[in-house]
Amino acid sequence: MNDFLGVLLLLITAVGLTVIILLLTVYLGPKRTNPVKELQFETGNRPSPGSARERFPVHFYLVAILFVVFDIEIAFLYPWAVNFRKLGLFGLVEMGVFILILTTGWYYILKRGVLKWR
Amino acid sequence: MTFTPEIINLIISVGFALSVVAFVAVFVLIAIWLERKISAHMQDRLGPMETGGWHGWLQTIADALKLLLKEDIIPQAADRPLFKLAPFIVFTGTMASFAVIPFGAHLIGSDLNIGVYYLVAVSSLVVIGILMAGWSSNNKWALYGAMRSAAQMVSYEIPIGLSLLVPIMLIGSMSMETLTNAQAGGFWKWTLFSHPPFAIIAFIIYFWASLAETNRTPFDIPEAESELVAGYHVEYSAMRFAMFFLSEYANMFVVSSVATALFLGGWYAPFRFLDVPIEVGVIWHNLAGLAWFSLKAILLVCIQMWLRWTLPRLRVDQLMHICWKIFLPFSFANVLLVSLWIVLK
Repeated sequence: MNDFLGVLLLLITAVGLTVIILLLTVYLGPKRTNPVKELQFETGNRPSPGSARERFPVHFYLVAILFVVFDIEIAFLYPWAVNFRKLGLFGLVEMGVFILILTTGWYYILKRGVLKWR
Repeated sequence: MTFTPEIINLIISVGFALSVVAFVAVFVLIAIWLERKISAHMQDRLGPMETGGWHGWLQTIADALKLLLKEDIIPQAADRPLFKLAPFIVFTGTMASFAVIPFGAHLIGSDLNIGVYYLVAVSSLVVIGILMAGWSSNNKWALYGAMRSAAQMVSYEIPIGLSLLVPIMLIGSMSMETLTNAQAGGFWKWTLFSHPPFAIIAFIIYFWASLAETNRTPFDIPEAESELVAGYHVEYSAMRFAMFFLSEYANMFVVSSVATALFLGGWYAPFRFLDVPIEVGVIWHNLAGLAWFSLKAILLVCIQMWLRWTLPRLRVDQLMHICWKIFLPFSFANVLLVSLWIVLK
């Protein structure tokens, strides 16, 4: 039997529970809507004008790109971590070079001030 | 109808999935009550005292019933499909982690050979749900909360991934069961104590970064109620809101139990004579394991609550500073030193 069957069953159970709970709340709760109630809440005052989906500070995108770079690195590190006893000194040097290259990149973005939140 | 091993396996898996969901529901009910009591007593208050008689023990259940009977409001300007989908993604993403957590000797949903890798991967799903919730609400505060939350969670995933590497390297496997079994026989065999100082550094970084991953104080700027109302779930009401709340508390248990399984000996007792050996009976052996595992995990959850009511909230720039300039280099250096130590030993 496949190992991932347990995972799949757990996901189905979690989705099922959410469906049941949300159906219950939709049917048990009262339905008394009016135009003011259907406005977005924001701070409790009248909603601020304009759409919320506007341009956003570029810092968030930079963080996202950095995350992708470093997360891929971690994805490479995991299989290495399991096998590196077999790889021995060779594996260590290889990974040392890999990490060194990325650390150089990290030092560069640090000095460019990308990580300084303004 | 004959019971082939496949069908029995299937029944066991379904039973496990149902009991995990039940366990999470009960845990969340208790944890919310506990948090209210702990926070109250830390601030010299009493907290809930009326509902249910003894120290307000029914308070959370009353709250859950109240939320169930509230009106479910979806703002007119919201993106309805995404708005409705977000709680599913957040809750399912949190629950998916439970599949590989070893609660006892045989109490594990599926012992994947890539267990820890799966955990790190699945925990990223929550970010998508939070972004969906914030974006679909069409509320500037919710969007800010969601963006901050996403920036914070993805940033702190890197120190988490790196610090979880340390027990993997020390033991040489990614399967949660192998990782736990390698720590058998007394607390000095636990990863945390058996390989100082690397494991201790990794544990501290993991625990600290996991506070950010669960959006708990001191890293709760996504919800900063004094500036962002309540972050990404302002527009949610009734049980739709409760699903986010449920996932937050379930996530607290997930990070605590990962720390328990990888660093604190999993379901093994701190001394060998406190373990119930398997000869006594498989059921007792597993129940004792479950008890020890829950005890350790709930202790860590209590530490998270203690920190929440002790520390002030960090600013966004301080948060990014800690992650990218302190945790990241330290955890990289830690990984390299561990590998050097193992190779040279």
